[in-house]
Amino acid sequence: MTVLDIAGLSAALHGGRPVLRDVSLVIGEGEVHGLVGMSGAGKSMVARAVLGILPAAVRLTAGAIRFQGRDLVGLDERGYRRLLGRDIALIPQDPLSALNPSRRIEAQMTDVMRLHLGLSARAARDRALVLLNEVRIRDPEAVLRRYPHELSGGMRQRVLIAISFACEPRLIIADEPTTALDVTVQQQILVMIRGLQRRHGTAILFVTHDLGVVAKVCGRMSVMHEGMVLEQGAVADIMAAPGHAFTRALFAATPRYDRPVEALAPVPAAVLADIAAAAQAFDAGRPC
Amino acid sequence: MIVRQVLSRLLQALPTLVGVAVLVFVLVRVVPGDPIAMMIAPGASPDDIARLRGLYGLDRSIPEQFAIWAGRALAGDFGTSISLRQSVMSLVLARLPSTLELAVFATVIAIALGTALAVFGVRHRGRLGEAATDAATGFALSVPDFIWALLLMLVFGVLAPLLPISGRLDPSVDPGFVTRFYLVEALLRGRVAVAGDLVAHLLLPALALALPLAAMIGRVLKSSLAEEMLQDYVMLARVKGFSRWRIILGEALRNAAIPAVSLTGVQFTFLVGGTVLIEKIFSFPGIGNLAIDAVINRDLPLIQGLILVFALMFIVINLGLDLVYAALNPRLRHG
Amino acid sequence: MVRAGMFRLLANWRVALGGFVVLVFVVAALGAGWFSPADPLEQDLMLQLEAPSAQHLLGTDSLGRDILSRLIHGARVALAVALVAGILTALLGTALGLAAGYLGGWPDMLISRAVDIWSSFPPVLLSVILVALLGTGLHSVIVAIVVIDWTRFARVMRAETLKQRHMDYVDAAVVGGLKPGAILLREILPNVLPLFVVLLTLEMGIAVIVEAILSFVGLSLSSDVPTWGGMIAEGRQVIYQAPWIIALPMAALLALVLGLNLLGDGLKAELDPVLR
Repeated sequence: MTVLDIAGLSAALHGGRPVLRDVSLVIGEGEVHGLVGMSGAGKSMVARAVLGILPAAVRLTAGAIRFQGRDLVGLDERGYRRLLGRDIALIPQDPLSALNPSRRIEAQMTDVMRLHLGLSARAARDRALVLLNEVRIRDPEAVLRRYPHELSGGMRQRVLIAISFACEPRLIIADEPTTALDVTVQQQILVMIRGLQRRHGTAILFVTHDLGVVAKVCGRMSVMHEGMVLEQGAVADIMAAPGHAFTRALFAATPRYDRPVEALAPVPAAVLADIAAAAQAFDAGRPC
Repeated sequence: MIVRQVLSRLLQALPTLVGVAVLVFVLVRVVPGDPIAMMIAPGASPDDIARLRGLYGLDRSIPEQFAIWAGRALAGDFGTSISLRQSVMSLVLARLPSTLELAVFATVIAIALGTALAVFGVRHRGRLGEAATDAATGFALSVPDFIWALLLMLVFGVLAPLLPISGRLDPSVDPGFVTRFYLVEALLRGRVAVAGDLVAHLLLPALALALPLAAMIGRVLKSSLAEEMLQDYVMLARVKGFSRWRIILGEALRNAAIPAVSLTGVQFTFLVGGTVLIEKIFSFPGIGNLAIDAVINRDLPLIQGLILVFALMFIVINLGLDLVYAALNPRLRHG
Repeated sequence: MVRAGMFRLLANWRVALGGFVVLVFVVAALGAGWFSPADPLEQDLMLQLEAPSAQHLLGTDSLGRDILSRLIHGARVALAVALVAGILTALLGTALGLAAGYLGGWPDMLISRAVDIWSSFPPVLLSVILVALLGTGLHSVIVAIVVIDWTRFARVMRAETLKQRHMDYVDAAVVGGLKPGAILLREILPNVLPLFVVLLTLEMGIAVIVEAILSFVGLSLSSDVPTWGGMIAEGRQVIYQAPWIIALPMAALLALVLGLNLLGDGLKAELDPVLR
C-alpha cells in the first residue's frame, strides 16, 4: 500500500520565483526513499511541505501530497496537529538544537505519547524506557533524568530517533539525520535507523546530500536539483547505471574514505546549465 | 548545595552592607544642617542644646560616633528616631511588611501583565494583535510612574469611584492580626473580606508601580520569545503535533525568560525605590512614606536605619535573582 | 544649508508636534506676567474650589487662588529646572564621557565603574536621600538631578567618543600634529553635538518629572511659589470635591513631558543618520 504519494508538487516564493517544480515521488509501506541533492536543491522544501511547515515566504502552487490516500495540501493547522507526531514524525538534522535545553529528556520523550496515545505519565515513562533500549542507550533510567546538554551529540540523536518512533508513525521524515555527527557515530546511527525501520515497518523519506548514506539505507531514490526530480528509481539500478549526467557527476563528487577530498570533481558547468535551462523552460510553460 | 550557595552569597554581600553603612554615616554627618536645631524650641539655651547633643551622642568625634552606632546596630539597636521618639528598629519593622506586600504584589502584576503582552504579541505576530501590544507597551513606557499613579487615582478612585485611593485597610476594619503581613495573614486565616479590602487598597498603587515595569518586561520578553520561536526545538514541538499556545507556554517561554528575569531583577530594586513616592501619593503606611517624613524632619537615625534596610533589601533581591537563574537554566545548576 | 535642515526637521511630525508643545510652555513661562489673568498668590477665601468660570478660566483652588495663573507660573519653575538641571547634567556627564572615551586607561576605568555603581541605585530613592542631605529647596533639586543623571550622558557620550575616535578624520588630525585637547574640542565635540542635543531634550523631560515629584512630596520649593508638583499635592487633598484641581497640573506636566520626549525621539530619528 502507498504511504506517501507526492504528485506534481510545485512551490514558489511570494515573489513568484519557483522553488519546487513538478516533484513527484511515491513511497510504499515500509520503504526507505532517499531524496538526494546538493544544498538548495529543494529536497528540504519537499520534506517541509509534507510536514506542513513551509517557510512563510513559500507557498504551494500545484500538485498534491497524499498521505495514506488523503491530500495534505490545504489541510488546516488543527488537522496537521492530529497527524504530526502520531502518523508522521521527524528525525531532525541537528541533534544539538532540536532538544529543548531547559526540559529533561523524560519530559521531551513522554509529551508526544501522552498527547497522541493518551498514555498516563507512568505508562509513557515505561514506553520511553523501552524506546531508549531500542536505540541502544545504556542506563536509560539515568538518561531520562538528564538535560540535553548532559548528553553527547550521538546520544541526543538516539533520543530524537526514539521520539520519532514513539507513536509508531507510518512515515518518518529523516532530514539529514547524520550530517551533524562524527563519522564513526554516523555509521552506528544509520545502522540503527535501518534496524528500527525494518522492525517497525515504518516508511522513511530520507533527505540527504550523501550518496554513500543512500546506498546504505535506501531502497529507492530521487535525485533533485533546481527544485526538479532529475532521476528516480531503485538505488541499486541507479548506482549501477546512473541515467542523468548530474547523477554521474554527483557520484564523482561523493567523498569516500578511499579517495582524498581534493580528488572530488565538481559538477560540470555544462550539466548545471542544461538543468537551469530545463528549469526555465518549465517556468515559461507554466502560467503563474 | 543551595544552602551553601546562599550562605556564601550573603557573606559576599557583607562588605557591601558595611560600606553602605559607613558611607551613609559619614555623609549624614558632614553635610550642613543641624538636626538638633529642628527639635528644640526657639530660644533654648546653649546648655540645653549641648545636653541634647550629648544625649544623641553628637558631641563625640565621627569615628567614635560610628563605633558606638555600629556596635548598637549589630545588637539590633539602630537608635531612636528624633522626630517620632520611637526606636528605629520597631518603626521599620512595623512599616516594612506593608512595603514588601506592595512591592511583591506590584511585581507579580508586572510579570503577569508583561508575560501576557509578550505571549499575545508573539502569538499574533505580524498581525493587528502585535501592533496593538507594541503600541500599548510604548505608551506605558513613555508615561512615568508618578503620572501613572495620579492618573489611576483620578480615573479609578474619583471619576469612577471603584477603588480606595489611600491607606492600606479601611479604618473601620480592625483585623486584630498578629503579624504585620496583613495580606498574607488574611489569606492564611481565610479572612476573605479582609483580604479583599487589602487587595482593593493595594491595587492602584501596585498598578502604578507595575505598569512601566510590565511594559519593559513585555518588550524584552517578546523579542527573546520571538527569537526562541525560530529554534529547532520549537519546530520539533510543532512536528510533534503540539498547539501554538502549548509551544509558546510550555517550550519557548522558559528559555526566553532569562533576559526578562535579569531585567526584572534590576528593575525590582528600582520598583522598591519607587515605593517611596507611590506610598506618599496613596498615603500608604510603608517605609517609603516613613522615609520621606524622616527626610523632611531631618531625622538622622531614622534615615540611616532606612537606607540600611533598603540596602539589605537590594542585596536579598539580587540573591533571590541568582537562585531564579539557576532554576531556569539547568546548565548553570550543574556547573 | 541650515535653513534646509530646519525644514527637514520640521517635516518630522514628532519634532513639529513636540516642538510646538514645548514652545507653548516656553512662551507661557516667559510671558507669565502678561498671560496670567490674576496674581497666582492672591487668595480669595470667598471663592474656594470654584469651578471654571469667566472670571477664573480654570477655576480656583482651596485657597481661592486662580488656577490658570498658578499653572502658568508653575511652568516657569518646571522649565527653569529643566533647563538649568538639564544643561548642568549634560555638561558634567558629557565632560566625563568624553574624558573616559578619549583618554581610555585608568580614567576610563574609574568613570565607567562609577557609572555602573551609580546606575544600580533606584533614582527616586537616591534623589530623596540627596535632598535629605542637602536640605530642601530648588538648588537641592537641581543638584540631585545632576548628581543622579550624569551617568546617562557619560555612558552614551563615552560610547560615541570611542566610535568617533577611530574614524579617519581623527587619525588625520593626530597625524597633522593637533594636541589631544584640541582634537577633542575641534574634531570630536562637533560630531557628538547632535547626540548631545537629543540627550539634553530627553533629560529635560526627566528633570521636569523629578522636580514635580520632589515638590509633590514637599522637598522642593516652599509652598508660596506655585509649582505643578505642589499644586498636585494640594489637589490630592481635595480630589473628591474638586478633581480638576489635581487634573489640571497633571495634564500640564504630562503634556510638557510627552512634548519633550516626542521632540527628543524625533530629533534622534532625524539626527541619527548624520551621526553615522
